[in-house]
Amino acid sequence: MVTELLIKLALTAFFILGLVLNFAGLLTWVERKQSAIMQDRVGANRAIFQIHGWWARPINFVIRKIAGLGLLHPLADALKMMAKEDFIPAQGQRLLHTLAPFVSVFFALVTFAAIPFGDTLNVGGRAINLQIAKMDIGLLYILAMASLGIYGVFLAGVSSGNNYAYLGGVRAAAQMLAYEIAMGVSLLGILIWYGTLELQQMVRLQGGTWFGWIPRWGVFVQPVGFIIFLTAAIAETKRVPFDLPEGESEIIGYFVEYSGMKFGMFFLTDFVETVLVACLATTLFFGGWQVPYLYADGWHLPWGAAARLPHLAVVGLQLASFTFKVAGFLWLQMLIRWTLPRFRFDQLVRLGWKGLFPVSLANIVVTAIVVVALK
Amino acid sequence: MSKDLGELFLHRIRDAKKRRELSWWEKIYLREVARGLWLTSWHFWRNLFLHIAHRVGLFRDIPASVTIQYPDQSRETSPRLRTRHRLTQREDGSPRCVACMLCETVCPARCIYITPKEHPDPNIEKMPASFDIDLGKCVYCGYCVEVCPEDAIRMDTQIHTIAAYSREEMLLHLPELLNPGSTTRQGNSPLPAP
Ligand code: SF4
Ligand code: SF4
Repeated sequence: MVTELLIKLALTAFFILGLVLNFAGLLTWVERKQSAIMQDRVGANRAIFQIHGWWARPINFVIRKIAGLGLLHPLADALKMMAKEDFIPAQGQRLLHTLAPFVSVFFALVTFAAIPFGDTLNVGGRAINLQIAKMDIGLLYILAMASLGIYGVFLAGVSSGNNYAYLGGVRAAAQMLAYEIAMGVSLLGILIWYGTLELQQMVRLQGGTWFGWIPRWGVFVQPVGFIIFLTAAIAETKRVPFDLPEGESEIIGYFVEYSGMKFGMFFLTDFVETVLVACLATTLFFGGWQVPYLYADGWHLPWGAAARLPHLAVVGLQLASFTFKVAGFLWLQMLIRWTLPRFRFDQLVRLGWKGLFPVSLANIVVTAIVVVALK
Repeated sequence: MSKDLGELFLHRIRDAKKRRELSWWEKIYLREVARGLWLTSWHFWRNLFLHIAHRVGLFRDIPASVTIQYPDQSRETSPRLRTRHRLTQREDGSPRCVACMLCETVCPARCIYITPKEHPDPNIEKMPASFDIDLGKCVYCGYCVEVCPEDAIRMDTQIHTIAAYSREEMLLHLPELLNPGSTTRQGNSPLPAP
């Protein structure tokens, strides 16, 4: 029992601290640098510190190299956030105002529990499922938790005692309504196809190939569902082009009355949600930890070549594959964020209700017919 | 005739305000999104490749970004650019300025302060005992250069890093104007090393 618990804790530490939060922290850097490179700029590269003393020369050399890449900016950000005054407006409600960022970041983080990041790992006669919590309702759990995150946003808007923040919260609620439904419905198609809500099981079913060379990934059976899901999920992260709840520079969002680390938590929530969307898209549509043509005993390439691999190497490759796919989706989301202009609010709501929702309904019908026909 | 022309212009303005109807492909937005993403990702991969290549010393002549890393690199400025003032010198090193006060008079910002004195050479009437320009007030209009009958003042030092910690430091005095950059105090304290 205790060992079980320890293993769970280690998995949590590895996945949440090692992967998710690292990605989320690095995303501030990626955001700056990727946008810069896309726009023919250099990007942030001026945050630097040096240690005095002759003995620190090699350390300083390394620091200079890292700082040249702009990698010290996340550190400077964190320091700034912690050093800033934590301000609660006189009109605001103390308790709710303090609670809101925690709610926001909490629901974003617990969601990761259901996401499998690797196959079963066999060490020391023990089979460890590389997933923090195996839940038969994994997908529902994720959708539920992701939509509970709106409470943080809405609470922030309501409890700030500021009309701009209030309007931001209302916009967030309207946007969530418009997109949550389309997102849920778009996932029904993939649910019908795989017939399970458990994500590890779903990823296992995505192993193998059709006709010997197309990997059995969800995106090949549900391309429309994938596009709708990605759109709705990006709306869920509240980033450009769907950043109407925030819109810091122009329309003022729900966190206008937040400062210091509480603001930092809202900021972190956005990035954690970005990672979440990347993880979900990978898991549901791009085979999760599956590597094409890699099976439990090694490679089986379409033209008949095969190579045996030890178990640990296979698990390692799967972990790497998952990380790589997630990183790819993060890149894509950053690309979208720095390419598309923000929607107007009526356009956004219309896209949600009159565009994505009907199309996702049609997608379900077609999928259901195809599934029945194939049976 | 004039009425027709007015009508014509009105129509033009109305037509210009009309939005083009979007085609179906543009309305579903997906193709346009893909085109936009294609453009930006092309820039991304091209610049990323160039950045990496520059690190290992390849393609140094193709820039990966348009940024000028300002304090480290500065931009080439045109010789016509009006930059910080200087006073030209005679062969013996004394200022060419004859303290005619024209520049002080014309200066719209009233930031030139001249005290004249007798010149030892009887052929020259006067010379400045002191000549101060307050860069904190100067608007870089160049009138002082235009008006000078002796070509004694020019704005061609190519110095534009003018910043100081106090108003006094923004005041250029005669030695600094004669030999720009010779005194560090005058609003051109060297930049701290990055
Ligand atoms: S440039 Fe214009 S404002 Fe500046 S000192 Fe000359 S006349 Fe005065
Ligand atoms: S106009 Fe020329 S000569 Fe006359 S005071 Fe000014 S700088 Fe000297």
